Amino acid sequence: MSLPMSLLRVRDLSVAIGDALPVEDVSFDIAAGETFALLGESGCGKSLTALALMRLLPPAARIASGAVRFADTDLCALSEARMRDVRGGKLGMIFQEPSSSLNPVMTVGAQIAEALRLHGDAAARERVVELLAAVGIPDPARRAGEYPFQMSGGMKQRAMIAMALAGEPELLIADEPTTALDVTIQAQVLDLLRALQRRRAMAMLLITHDLGVVANMADRVGVMYAGQLVEIAPRAAFFAAPGHPYARRLFAALPDTAARRSRLATIPGSVPPPGTRHAGCRFVERCGEALPVCHAAPPPWREYAPGHAVRCHLPALPVLAGKVGVTEGNPCGTGGTVADAAAPGGAPPLLAVSDLQVYFPIRKGVLRRAVGHVRAVDGVSLVLHAGRTLALVGESGCGKTTVGKAILGLQAPSGGALALDGAPLAGLAPRRMQMVFQDPYGSLNPRLRVGEIVAEGLCALRLPGDHAAQVRELLAQVGLDAAMAGRYPHEFSGGQRQRIAIARALAVRPGLLICDEPTSALDVSVQAQILNLLGDLQARLGLAYLFITHNIAVVDYLAREVAVMYLGRIVERGTTEAVLRGARHPYTQALLAAVPRIAGGGVEARVAGDPPSPANPPPGCHFHPRCPRAEARCRASYPDETTLAADHVVRCHFPA
Amino acid sequence: MIKPVLLWSDLLFFLLIAATFAGGWLAARTEHLRLAWRRVGRSRVAMAAATLLAAFLLIGVLDSLHYRERLPGDGENYAVEVRSALDALLTGLRTRQERTYSAPLATHLFAKESLEGDQGRDFPRLKHGGAHLGADTAGHGADLLAKTVQGMGVGVVAWLVLWLGFLPARQAAPHLAWDAVLATLFALCLVAGPVLLLAQGYHVLGTDKVGQDVLYLTLKSVRTGLLIGTLTTLIMLPAAVALGLLAGYAGGWIDDVIQYLYTTLNSIPGVLLIAASVLMMQVVIDTHPDWFATAAERADARLLALCAILGITSWTGLCRLLRGEALKLRELEYVQAARALGVSGARILWRHILPNVMHIVMIAIVMDFSGLVLAEAVLSYIGIGVDPNTVSFGSMINTARMELAREPMVWWSLAAAFAFMFVLVLAANLFADVVRDAFDPRASR
Ligand code: SF4
Ligand code: SF4
Repeated sequence: MSLPMSLLRVRDLSVAIGDALPVEDVSFDIAAGETFALLGESGCGKSLTALALMRLLPPAARIASGAVRFADTDLCALSEARMRDVRGGKLGMIFQEPSSSLNPVMTVGAQIAEALRLHGDAAARERVVELLAAVGIPDPARRAGEYPFQMSGGMKQRAMIAMALAGEPELLIADEPTTALDVTIQAQVLDLLRALQRRRAMAMLLITHDLGVVANMADRVGVMYAGQLVEIAPRAAFFAAPGHPYARRLFAALPDTAARRSRLATIPGSVPPPGTRHAGCRFVERCGEALPVCHAAPPPWREYAPGHAVRCHLPALPVLAGKVGVTEGNPCGTGGTVADAAAPGGAPPLLAVSDLQVYFPIRKGVLRRAVGHVRAVDGVSLVLHAGRTLALVGESGCGKTTVGKAILGLQAPSGGALALDGAPLAGLAPRRMQMVFQDPYGSLNPRLRVGEIVAEGLCALRLPGDHAAQVRELLAQVGLDAAMAGRYPHEFSGGQRQRIAIARALAVRPGLLICDEPTSALDVSVQAQILNLLGDLQARLGLAYLFITHNIAVVDYLAREVAVMYLGRIVERGTTEAVLRGARHPYTQALLAAVPRIAGGGVEARVAGDPPSPANPPPGCHFHPRCPRAEARCRASYPDETTLAADHVVRCHFPA
Repeated sequence: MIKPVLLWSDLLFFLLIAATFAGGWLAARTEHLRLAWRRVGRSRVAMAAATLLAAFLLIGVLDSLHYRERLPGDGENYAVEVRSALDALLTGLRTRQERTYSAPLATHLFAKESLEGDQGRDFPRLKHGGAHLGADTAGHGADLLAKTVQGMGVGVVAWLVLWLGFLPARQAAPHLAWDAVLATLFALCLVAGPVLLLAQGYHVLGTDKVGQDVLYLTLKSVRTGLLIGTLTTLIMLPAAVALGLLAGYAGGWIDDVIQYLYTTLNSIPGVLLIAASVLMMQVVIDTHPDWFATAAERADARLLALCAILGITSWTGLCRLLRGEALKLRELEYVQAARALGVSGARILWRHILPNVMHIVMIAIVMDFSGLVLAEAVLSYIGIGVDPNTVSFGSMINTARMELAREPMVWWSLAAAFAFMFVLVLAANLFADVVRDAFDPRASR
């Protein structure tokens, strides 16, 4: 696998934390000017690998063995002082969370200037402005004097990149650089990285969990599983035919339209914790193709094609049928489809929201008088029928979560009306609607046992019956062992916690579940399990879902209708088919285009800039500062609803 | 014949100890608390500090078992002085009074006086200190050395006995840092043995202005320090927790009122508030002598009043901390989920918020302890602390003010009070540090 011109050469790198080896025998090369993507789910050791290369491991961890050669230097042998010169010099790094990587009390310009000075570049000010311009920050001279809190997330990530560029790196290590960003901003930052790399002939080590990002960025791909590299391949070969069973299952677990009418393939079980002793293959417990030898001997590297190596006992690629690597059929009731009831005739909708408004006052002065309002939700109307799924899509800060909370009654609306089954509703209706939250770690009280958590609603509403028995039944319903009721949440993985949260919501038998990004904190394979579970529950219990998300692929997979929100208002709504395939609003089009797709084809028609603040929305159409089609009329008045088809409504003066 | 007397402070002190044991039992049943305490138990520093604190606690408990002695004669008459079990144990120390100052382990008074007859001025012989040596004090040094060595021997033997006594406990709970406990006990025994023997014939820490044994006074101060350190927290805790959580969770005007309350209290200089309250309390006590049967009860009332006043002025810090925490927890998703399920506000506070701030409360209790012991010393020093009849570190330091001005200087009361207080506060601080680390949710599991 060794390339003759490799810039970075990693050999048998192992990282130890105590007795465990969370990274073991990782070897790869990166050639100058090449992008190598390290792909893996959380906890697979990809970030530790990057930190080990930078020699920035947390105190508990250390490099146990292996060699890292960068250009002509052995990084493992350098003194800490010399290593500091390399770091931020020839070897730059950017992190996932831009806000915690910048010092909040220094101006951005000063921080970049510091990075420049450290690497012997004294001509500060012009270089700072130059760098900021290079990363596409508008008005760089003024921006250099601003503090991080004055910048948006995307801007901060750009500033971070500028800092990493200050040392003229030959290799840039990017650890999940866009995970914390919205899709449209992610597309901008990925674009920027790609352009910079091409211009500066810089090599890049991209660490990510997102197959879409890999497909759009990488030249070569390395897949990590449980601390080991299991596959290395050129991008084209990898996406055409992934070799390792784990990689193939990752593809199969991705939700999209193709999978719409079927259950997603999942990977049974979970990643073995670091510290497990493996006699054979690390994936054997979860592998559908496992051979007897897999249990006994660690698999060797096999070269399937030049440059495409897989660590697996399987001699050759099995023939692929249909969707890549789907090996599990789906025997689930009537065709095992994601249930979605047909539109009921005549009956009032389960939930009708009309002109919902939620304003947060901005208070100022000693008397704390309201001087203005943040219009988090500004006139949202929705209709949701029993047993159906409506997806509410938008970027962070668009007000979609607030809509969910206002419908549920957790947030008092400032205006508008809600109706459940035709009857007006005010405040909480715990027996009718429940919510599943985003963060599987924050949504369960760590001090209560799982049984108590699930029974909470039963106790609070004093529902009749044997609560213990109901808890057992609920746990079984979400695919957990009833014996788990006695344990505490910290003993469970993210996916299991999300199941517990679903069980808690289902305990009071609601007809409507509001799901606020229930899978965005989960790995792809776990996300597939949860999406399958939601589908099953809908089929079995006739639940309606209001699915709040930013993930277009999930929407495409599971929703029947979609509403797209921008700055507190719904700009386009209709059936999934109509909106995702025939989007008419420029924002929807930009959103769809910005999603990195595995199928390649690149991304186009992006919007520039950041979403404005809802405290001070632009006059006229809120989208006009970023809209490629904006005209004078757009700046003057907010567009009314245009009905394009029976169930496709858009708010734009010039629907394309 | 004796008649037991239960002072209010004794009652509260015992209640507090009982509550601690009850809390320990509860903690043993709650998993996360048990884990945290186990982390504390594994720390050598914590266990050594806990051993020292236990020794202090033992002194405090002994000093809280009060009684009145029956007077000789036929009637049911009891002495007016209220004594404690500690007094009974230390009868020797208490009764062997000299006329005035004498240095530690001395055989003569500290200052020259005109002797009887016409023998000029010299250091008079002590009545009790070194009395067993007789008139000739030539063997003083040798006697001290012999007693010290003997005492160490006694200490080592006592330690061996303790070592044997701890064997079953060590087998029952092998994960605790018993080696630190035993090492601390060894040091304690090594000091206590010689002190015990020397105290039979000398004033180990000297005597004060009226000839009282300083060692006795110091030991009596321990109870005062412990009471102030613990009862104050007990008094302020319910208010701080309830108001803090309520303000943070309920928000709105409730939050405004509570915030107003504690910012107002906070903006009055603490010492002024305490001085005013203590003086008022004193007036009340003085105008109602009939409320109290004995001087001890009166002193006790003032001690409790001081605890209450310190409590009232010191709850604001914890309250503010808890308000901030509750504000944060209120937004957490499990609280939102509980609200969505229709769980009542009181129940959310009890089930979801309180257990998740318990570590802060626990940390606050142990951290405040040493601060309060020191506060008592400062307040007594400026004369607004405990009753003059109550022996405390503060009052000892207060009298030391004059002693330090003398020439030559009388240093031993101050040194004794300082050394004991230092050990107590240091032990408490070390323990508090470990507790904070163990209960910090960011600490690894
Ligand atoms: S070595 Fe065996 S168990 Fe491991 S991935 Fe290959 S086939 Fe599956
Ligand atoms: S109304 Fe104008 S600015 Fe707004 S989205 Fe349509 S074309 Fe763009």
